[in-house]
Amino acid sequence: MVGDARLRAERALRTLSDPEIPVLSLHDLGVIRSLEVDGNRVRVGVTPTYSGCPATEVIRRSVVEALESSGFDPVEVLDVLSPAWSSADLTAEGRAKLEAYGIAPPEEPVHSVRALAGGKPRHCPRCRSAEVECVSEFGSTPCKALYRCRSCREPFDYFKCL
Amino acid sequence: MSEPLADADRARYVLRLADTSLIVAQQLGAWIGHAPALEEDLGLANVALDLLGQGRLLLTYAGELEGRGRDEDALAFLREPADFLNLALAEQPNGDFAQTVMRQLLLDAWQIELFEALEHSCDERLAQIAAKAVKETRYHLRYSSGWVVRLGDGTAESHERARQALERLWPYTAELFDADPLEEAIAADGMGPHPAELAPRWRARIQAVLTEATLTFPPPASFRWYGKRGQHDEHLGHLLAEMQILQRTYPEARW
Repeated sequence: MVGDARLRAERALRTLSDPEIPVLSLHDLGVIRSLEVDGNRVRVGVTPTYSGCPATEVIRRSVVEALESSGFDPVEVLDVLSPAWSSADLTAEGRAKLEAYGIAPPEEPVHSVRALAGGKPRHCPRCRSAEVECVSEFGSTPCKALYRCRSCREPFDYFKCL
Repeated sequence: MSEPLADADRARYVLRLADTSLIVAQQLGAWIGHAPALEEDLGLANVALDLLGQGRLLLTYAGELEGRGRDEDALAFLREPADFLNLALAEQPNGDFAQTVMRQLLLDAWQIELFEALEHSCDERLAQIAAKAVKETRYHLRYSSGWVVRLGDGTAESHERARQALERLWPYTAELFDADPLEEAIAADGMGPHPAELAPRWRARIQAVLTEATLTFPPPASFRWYGKRGQHDEHLGHLLAEMQILQRTYPEARW
């Protein structure tokens, strides 16, 4: 049954997480753009978060492995560039998971240039204080910035608006 | 009516953009482990990574347009310096931190204008790459302009270093806006903007940052240098020697 195969592929993809922020599934991250199932053949469209993000290659490989071990063959992964990935593509669930994990989620999803120029975390993911300051626009992965909370004095990551 | 653009011309144009991103990425990568503070190490490495990603997308596309079977690796690692078409500004040495962030400011402001224009390119693939890149470049510009302001409007020493960096790099900015026949043809075709069109907004952006940094525009350049036509000084040779040595010593080497 075609419907069963699609469900099987979807289920396989749901098990995959972001290699650098494992608390997020690829679904939460919003990088799976399309899924075409035709018998045992499957094509998945994946979009990179940042142009040079090294996780993209790991993600691509994990998609192939997961689908192959669910019995699909051949598995084709397409690079999708347009529309460009945005932090607004994070699911609401993904945003909540980030915060619970200690990473401040991006400001409310917006596409404007102004948000890019002024975006900052709403509050510290640990103590919820709004007294936060930027330590560096760039963090341990392309998608994050380094912040510090002035109330609890803890440093934390902020998932940037893009 | 102008002649339709040949794929070779499109390939050459895309290669120019790719090489500028790639060379700057390699330059910034040299700061890793050497930057003044951990945050700057991360900052420069992240900018380098974005530029490398943009460069790879562009190189891959240039190789496809060229149709000679060269992929991103062949183009990056197996070309001679004279075959590189990056802006001369991109290959100017890192120098001190002031020179690196000044070079970055001049290039970031140019890339923003360029990528915003390319989002409307009649070439769909190029428009997609630009739409992605422009979002990243806004962060780069925020970083470089922040540092130029801090250094220019900082101590007497940092001001002087920033001033010297600007003076040294300024002559190479003329190339950004001087169109040659290829860019004229690209503009007529709708594939990319006419370089001169980018100048007013670029100048305004730079002016705003320099004013805040208590720096002023140097006098116009007394010479022209066209890296985009393959004219390079010795810096590119040294940079490529380091970047290419592994692939040249062990062809086809893979991780």
